[in-house]
Amino acid sequence: MKRPDLASILIIGSGPIIIGQGCEFDYSGTQACKALRKIGHKVILVNSNPATIMTDRDTAERIYIEPLTVASLEQIIARERPNAILGTIGGQTGLNLVIELHEQGILARYNVEMIGATAAAIKKAEDRLLFKNAMDSIGLNSARSAMAFTIDEACQAADSLGYPCVVRPAFTLGGTGGGIVTCQAELEIIVAEGLQSSLISEVLIEESIYGWKEFELEVMRDCNDNVVIICSIENFDPMGVHTGDSITVAPAQTLSDVEYQSMRNAAIAIIREIGVETGGANIQFALNPVDGRMIVVEMNPRVSRSSALASKATGFPIAKFAALLAVGFTLDEILNDITRVTPACFEPSIDYVVTKIPRFHFSKFPNTPAYLGTAMRSVGEVMAIGRTFKESLQKALRSLETKRHGLGFDKGEFTNLDSQELRELLRRPNPERIFAIKQAFVQGFTLDEIHQLTKIDPWFLYQISELVSCFANLTDTPELLWWAKRQGFSDHQLALKFGYKNELDFRQRRLDLGIKPSYKIVDTCAGEFDAYTPYFYSSYEYEDEVEVSARPKILIIGSGPNRIGQGIEFDYACVHAAYACREAGYEAIMVNSNPETVSTDFDTSDRLYFEPVTLEDILNIYEKEQALGVIIQLGGQTPLNLCRSLHACGVKILGTSPESIDIAEDREKFKSLMDKLGIALPPSGIAFTAEEGLAIAADLGLPVVVRPSYVLGGASMGICTSVEDLRRYLALARNEAAEEHPILIDKFLEKALEVDVDAVCDGVRCVIAGIMEHIEEAGVHSGDSACCLPPFSLAPGLIQKISAATTAIALALTIRGALNLQFALKDEQLYILEVNPRASRTIPFVSKATGVPWAKIATQIMLGATLEQLNPQVTQQSFYAIKEAVLPFKKFPGSDPILGPEMHSTGEVMGIDYDLGLAYLKAQYAAGTLLSDEGTLMVVCDESENLRIEELLYGFREIGMKLIKLSPSALNDRERFRTALGQIAQQEIKLLISLPFSTPQPEERTLRLAALARNIPLITTFRASQLALAALCSKRKNPVMTQSMGEFLSSSSARDSC
Amino acid sequence: MVVDLSHQAPHLRKKARIILDDGSQWEGRVFAAGGERFAEIIFNTAMVGYQELLTDPSYTGQAVVMTYPLIGNYGINPQDFESRKIFLEALIVREYVPFSSNWRSTKTLKAFLDENAILGIDQVDTRALTKHIRNKGSSKAVLTVFDNPVEEYVEKLRQTTVLERYNVAKFASCDSKYTWAKPPKTEFRVAVIDCGVKYSILNYLHQQHCESTVYPSQVHGEELLEQGFDGVFLANGPGDPQPLHNLTRVVRQLLGKIPLFGICLGHQVLAQALGLKTYKLKFGHHGINHPIRNLQSGKIEIASHNHNFAIDPHSLGEEVLVTHLNLNDHTIAGIRHKTLPAFSVQYHPEAAPGPQDSLYLFAQFCQEMREFRRHRTQPQVLLSPWINCALSPVQEYLA
Repeated sequence: MKRPDLASILIIGSGPIIIGQGCEFDYSGTQACKALRKIGHKVILVNSNPATIMTDRDTAERIYIEPLTVASLEQIIARERPNAILGTIGGQTGLNLVIELHEQGILARYNVEMIGATAAAIKKAEDRLLFKNAMDSIGLNSARSAMAFTIDEACQAADSLGYPCVVRPAFTLGGTGGGIVTCQAELEIIVAEGLQSSLISEVLIEESIYGWKEFELEVMRDCNDNVVIICSIENFDPMGVHTGDSITVAPAQTLSDVEYQSMRNAAIAIIREIGVETGGANIQFALNPVDGRMIVVEMNPRVSRSSALASKATGFPIAKFAALLAVGFTLDEILNDITRVTPACFEPSIDYVVTKIPRFHFSKFPNTPAYLGTAMRSVGEVMAIGRTFKESLQKALRSLETKRHGLGFDKGEFTNLDSQELRELLRRPNPERIFAIKQAFVQGFTLDEIHQLTKIDPWFLYQISELVSCFANLTDTPELLWWAKRQGFSDHQLALKFGYKNELDFRQRRLDLGIKPSYKIVDTCAGEFDAYTPYFYSSYEYEDEVEVSARPKILIIGSGPNRIGQGIEFDYACVHAAYACREAGYEAIMVNSNPETVSTDFDTSDRLYFEPVTLEDILNIYEKEQALGVIIQLGGQTPLNLCRSLHACGVKILGTSPESIDIAEDREKFKSLMDKLGIALPPSGIAFTAEEGLAIAADLGLPVVVRPSYVLGGASMGICTSVEDLRRYLALARNEAAEEHPILIDKFLEKALEVDVDAVCDGVRCVIAGIMEHIEEAGVHSGDSACCLPPFSLAPGLIQKISAATTAIALALTIRGALNLQFALKDEQLYILEVNPRASRTIPFVSKATGVPWAKIATQIMLGATLEQLNPQVTQQSFYAIKEAVLPFKKFPGSDPILGPEMHSTGEVMGIDYDLGLAYLKAQYAAGTLLSDEGTLMVVCDESENLRIEELLYGFREIGMKLIKLSPSALNDRERFRTALGQIAQQEIKLLISLPFSTPQPEERTLRLAALARNIPLITTFRASQLALAALCSKRKNPVMTQSMGEFLSSSSARDSC
Repeated sequence: MVVDLSHQAPHLRKKARIILDDGSQWEGRVFAAGGERFAEIIFNTAMVGYQELLTDPSYTGQAVVMTYPLIGNYGINPQDFESRKIFLEALIVREYVPFSSNWRSTKTLKAFLDENAILGIDQVDTRALTKHIRNKGSSKAVLTVFDNPVEEYVEKLRQTTVLERYNVAKFASCDSKYTWAKPPKTEFRVAVIDCGVKYSILNYLHQQHCESTVYPSQVHGEELLEQGFDGVFLANGPGDPQPLHNLTRVVRQLLGKIPLFGICLGHQVLAQALGLKTYKLKFGHHGINHPIRNLQSGKIEIASHNHNFAIDPHSLGEEVLVTHLNLNDHTIAGIRHKTLPAFSVQYHPEAAPGPQDSLYLFAQFCQEMREFRRHRTQPQVLLSPWINCALSPVQEYLA
């Protein structure tokens, strides 16, 4: 029964998207908030990430977009006086914060109860030694191990356990700092990092169980001690690769009932012993493939990445139920949403196979080798559902959007590798290994050989070998094509096999034969009961059980896996599109392949197709559903890139027409339009070959910006200051860009100011949603640059000019929906840099700062509403909202943490205050940069910067900071360099400002890397340094205060009305 | 790691059809044995445990559709048999996996089916077939590799005997009595009436220090009473309990004279002996994920199920207490006599396959035998009458 004493509940979100903590916590958190609100709790939510659905106005009673720090949480607790705090929903961040609040006595002081898991249970699960002892006490094995607090202790432990062994830091995110080591030298390095990244400076040295079979169970428990297992997951990549970086499969494939039940019994015993009273937990097991010896690896006493995956894999909403259990419900009191008659206390049975594959982005970090280990590196993931493993594997691989169309067979093969190179690819886990396995079979490796090299379970390898032999034996006959489609082969692969012109050509052949996918329902019960879930996947089967309704339908194309440059922001927009379609009376149909998202919650849309976001799969759904049209402008570049092909296939594109999109994306057409409108562009040219590129650059004069058209997040984008640079970039860009898209070369506007504009337009009127002033100068990718809404240094006349240009462009392109523009301002001259005829990454940020749901308005326009009818009210903001990017450099050792035209950030935070400095300070705090106004500041820059920074340094001195300034020549002095490095290593330096030298020097990079390793705030641009100073000055004058979004926004409208 | 080298891609294998008595037909390919079988068709939603299912005598006369699409993954091992042979007629799956990967595996599923001449069909749209059975109820079916017209088969099916009103249990029972391995320290001697007992039951009794003697289902009550057993276990088994008149009479004769514990068919027979009626469920319960509420403790057990019949709640009399309830459809899952040492459950506490949440029932049986021994002279005050706990209805907060 619901507890009557919990009127208000504080929920902690997980903050910015970082590697190891993705948007799955927005999905879980949103579910939890909604569920608790629905049953009458007052929900108070704190999250620093504006790009989340959970921070939307309707999700909670009170929403705080504030830094996730103990200080701001204490303020919120003091203001709101919640009865309870739920910290098991916001990932490791939420869990760590709740523990800190508890340990600092704050929860006790304000009489706030921890629900979900107690501090003792969290401790027991998270502290390696306590956990190990707990396992011993219930007779379960864990890997033999020893704790270490120093490098010496670690060496001793390793000597007694023997090499190779594993280093695991306690209390971190995504396994940061851990790793397998084979000798003492390696051990020392990894342990040093591990001690650093562990919140309690503790590491565990453990016997290696590398190559063992790896499993996970998702467990739920209620306050009556009822325990159920929601899902079992088996890892394709055995022990040694972080689960987040492993291909995983649900349910477990290679366990017999006896083995599965002993794992189940163990999981139940563990959740009881650890004492997670209510909610979900995730338990990982390793199994020795030789004798089945089972080891408990770890337990997460909270909702996790895997639980989000398990929810999507089974249809069982773990987070929602975890929230209900936390407030006193029991599993038998909650109804299964899907069957509507049976209770939630059961164990889902599924009649399909689910494969999850991580999405990597190593290309952004060329200095880090693309190998996988126990520290997580993936930036996103896809999931696919099929009736067989082979089908789901191939669907998942083509969902990745890495230009592969399944398990190879697509001209992307490793055919140029000899068997030795192939062996190396098999031996060391890496993102391409799955394709290497396939290639090894093609080249005649035996299954056993591949197993020896990869340690991957022979069962999975056998499945791959079946795909290889199936493909080899295919002929273009109805029977075999049916068989091929049942194995998950895509039209693209088959078109290549049989020499069709393209995939559409083959598609026609397939349709002529009547080979069409059938759609099946995800129902938690394997068909035993009637299901009401609108959650579907495709397969090639005899019965299509999904009935098409008579209602008018809109297809919303999601953004696929998260990657750098395309993340949660686009999912946010798609979710709003679904809401808008439903409100307008349309049936909203969502297509997406990303299990972490809110868009793939079957509650979000009327119908969810969990399918790859590819031409083939979308056409199939479109044709089946007979949708009125497709929304492609909200899911980022993925759907936008499909626009042309979909349009050519006769699919109705809603909103801005494909012709307009083409003008915006085609540099030539765009340039002539701008000329017509009288809006300046940086001088530029278009190159189809490297030679043309060099010629253009010579014309424009260096430096130039080079980029392929139709790419995302500035992939292969660069600023070239020399001809050698240019040659290198041209070569790279040619590889990355699609063949039909040329390379754009622009004159680089040095030290220009950049402005981002988000707007909506109905073809007749254009409304500016927000004008954002970038903090960093032009040349830093807009996704990596902090920005401020409203602008703080632009003259009113200039803002007018920007607005006018925006409106002119929007109307000239007859935009229907959202658009985003980037301007640069140099020497009083305004330039347009680019126009994106789609919702931008900043749409959620602008929506939060203005209190207007812009993605929804854009959707309403696409559905035919006019801005006159919608009349969005943009009030004059009384506060500054600053968006700051969160960068993953720490996860990619060796990568220089400087900002440039290529985007690197994985997430963002927002800082809000009435004072600009404090807004910036909050944004920095939220991003994990703890700016301090005490101690020593080190400035590393060219002599030529001296004039520019003089005032800045004066300011830092004024607030009492000591100053060390280093020029390039100073760094050449070995002694001075070594001293500086020592000061950073000893953390004497509290802030490093390193403005990259015009002639790069390895020493400056070393200092930056050292600061990064020591968590010393690092600033690499002049404007950011200015704002940091402003922030520290403000901090001295005013205390940092927290306010809810409602209060901020109402203060704006109050000001507006007077 | 065992592999079927002879395994062929589906399109190269023999076609098979599954024809139901309503004339609907489903296509697949043969992966083991061949020929033609007549059976009652049911589906099972367990994702693991096919080896145990195959050898569970309760499946006598049935063709089982596995809803989990990949079957054969971990092969067959020498340890997990539930009886001496395969009892079901045919196994229907979406995809047979000819490659087993498990350290205990010694042969492939196909080899095991072939040895027992059990038909294996794969490439069937098992989800569609499952939903058909769910909507229409379990029905008679023919599984065949031959091309005879559907009408002919439907006519044949009409003429075949149904499992209802027919004593199938005697086919699953042993022919003559035998004793199971003696525990190191025997505390109780138990007679097991075998309608198709699973080895796991005997093993769990063994674990509870029970020395089991297994009797054919045609056993006489006097024989059991004369032997001085501490308790009688009524085993699971296939088919309809109604035709088991003799057995029902035997159980009635034993009531109050010796502690009784029944599982599945044994539960239904005990119910009949207590004067209750049984009825056939639409498509039965076959799976390992059903929630059962223990009405005394209020706790939930996730339980293994395999039955087509259930106790009619309208026939409940004064002296019988409902102890367990299936929360999915609120059918009776456990009963006991209010004063006599006799209890039973509809589901399978011995699991195999399935969760082991209900193993405590074996201990409970021993506890009752212990108590009975102590109070042998005054059976009427044997146990404190069970408190008829209120059946709390399933809350529908989130409807």
